[in-house]
Amino acid sequence: MKQELRLSGTGGQGLILAGIILAEAALLDGKLAIQSQSYGPEARGGSSKSEVMISEDAIHFPKVTEPNLLLAMSQEAANKYSADLSPESILVTDSLFVSKLPAHTGKVYELPITHSAKEILGKALFANIIALGALVKITNIVSEESLVKAVLNRVPKGTEELNKKALQIGMDLVK
Amino acid sequence: MSRILLLQGNQAVVEGAIAAGVKFFGGYPITPSTEVAESLAERLPLVGGKFIQMEDEIASMGAIIGASLTGKKVMTATSGPGFSLKQELIGYACMAEVPMVIVNVQRVGPSTGQPTSPSQGDIMQARWGTHGDHWIIALTPASVPECFDLTLRAYALSEKYRVPVILLMDEVIGHMRERIELPDNYDEIPQAERKQPTCAPEDFKAYEADESLVPPMPAFGSGYRWHVTGLVHDETGFPKGTPAATKTAADRQYHKLYDNLEDIVQVENYCMEDAEYAIVAFGGGARTAYEAVDHARKEGLKVGLVRPITIWPFADKQMKELADKVKGIMVHELNCGQYVLEVERAVAGKVPVTSYAKYDNEPATPAQLLAEIKKAMAL
Repeated sequence: MKQELRLSGTGGQGLILAGIILAEAALLDGKLAIQSQSYGPEARGGSSKSEVMISEDAIHFPKVTEPNLLLAMSQEAANKYSADLSPESILVTDSLFVSKLPAHTGKVYELPITHSAKEILGKALFANIIALGALVKITNIVSEESLVKAVLNRVPKGTEELNKKALQIGMDLVK
Repeated sequence: MSRILLLQGNQAVVEGAIAAGVKFFGGYPITPSTEVAESLAERLPLVGGKFIQMEDEIASMGAIIGASLTGKKVMTATSGPGFSLKQELIGYACMAEVPMVIVNVQRVGPSTGQPTSPSQGDIMQARWGTHGDHWIIALTPASVPECFDLTLRAYALSEKYRVPVILLMDEVIGHMRERIELPDNYDEIPQAERKQPTCAPEDFKAYEADESLVPPMPAFGSGYRWHVTGLVHDETGFPKGTPAATKTAADRQYHKLYDNLEDIVQVENYCMEDAEYAIVAFGGGARTAYEAVDHARKEGLKVGLVRPITIWPFADKQMKELADKVKGIMVHELNCGQYVLEVERAVAGKVPVTSYAKYDNEPATPAQLLAEIKKAMAL
């Protein structure tokens, strides 16, 4: 079964990296994965989306058309990237930035992702890793073991413990 | 031993370049090709190579022409606006028969266009971007592993035929990340060799070719002296503009490639064994087409995909054979319809050729392409 995830927000929130980590975790699980992105010419700001497809079988078309999950970490992204959600899709929002939920009849998780990053870890930049923890807890799309490994492969030396903590915070946000 | 990685197409090109033995890159970064320059800046010094960020794209071409003449394998990478600038010296490299690989990760154009959006609008430019009659090779990968393989192949062809090879990528393939398995070390990868003269330096004529029509190419500094020029020249390498010399030079450059199309032109067939209708698509567009074909097959439609891997020289023979086999052909490309013109020429009215041209800065979805196929099949 092909799983399609779209991680969206504002440029600079680290969502492209989050997508890469998720895809690398899937490879560690022995699955196939494709990550792609679209963004504007800006280095920061502007809407950004990172898409990940995970499957046991070959994935040809690299863009998400039937999202199983949308993560929206800005109001603009929630508005812009939610049009193709189906009732089966899961919507996860960062409650600090998304106050007005897009029309969606399926399951919604409003999680204090960036708020927790600031409050508990003192830095908003852990939000992407917290989000990954939450997504994997919700979907089980990759194993927790591979997720931790993939995160540690990608984060700067000396930040391993903080990032592991960020993953746990994310998982704990999902009740 | 091998390793499994998640790489962008652009990064796989870099791995291919290192594996091919590239030792020099001269370029000017531009989206969506920047990762090629970025990664080579990191990798080349580690293998004894040189990376120079030049002042612009024209100078970049000059730098790689010079480096190639010293016997090195060379690369530059760019996108639309930069590819336009490189054209003048691409012509020089064709005329002087200097091997090199030019990566062009296409984006929406003309001009600045849309730097981060996919397009395949440089199909004709890759063939006819520089002025004058000339002959060139362009290869288009449709996956990350193929970016690696075709980079190696680009060097094999460029060195063998002494011709610039364009690795004609698009943003879809350049920027997406997928699984690739790479050897741990590249020592066992066969290296393309440039043919060397067997005569004494004093007897050497720079453009005298044997029956392969490809002259040997000694490195500058090796003791063989020769003259390199963009002027029409004879076998000595010095300018000669007589009608006979002009025609001889053009004929040899044409025949050295076009007598070897079996070796140069590659086309992949997907679900074509019993296909009654064919999609022709390449690069990022082919990714949509594979899936559209899978959907069509599930619905019982006998549709297949013909994917040119070599874009130039054009797959004339393959397209003519295709016209004998199927009832109709649809060309899907991310531009207003360029490659379709060549398909129409080759098919010459034998079967209907339709165009699904997508030029709105997004790749077609498989559902969109399937709908177009059904419309065309109903005609």
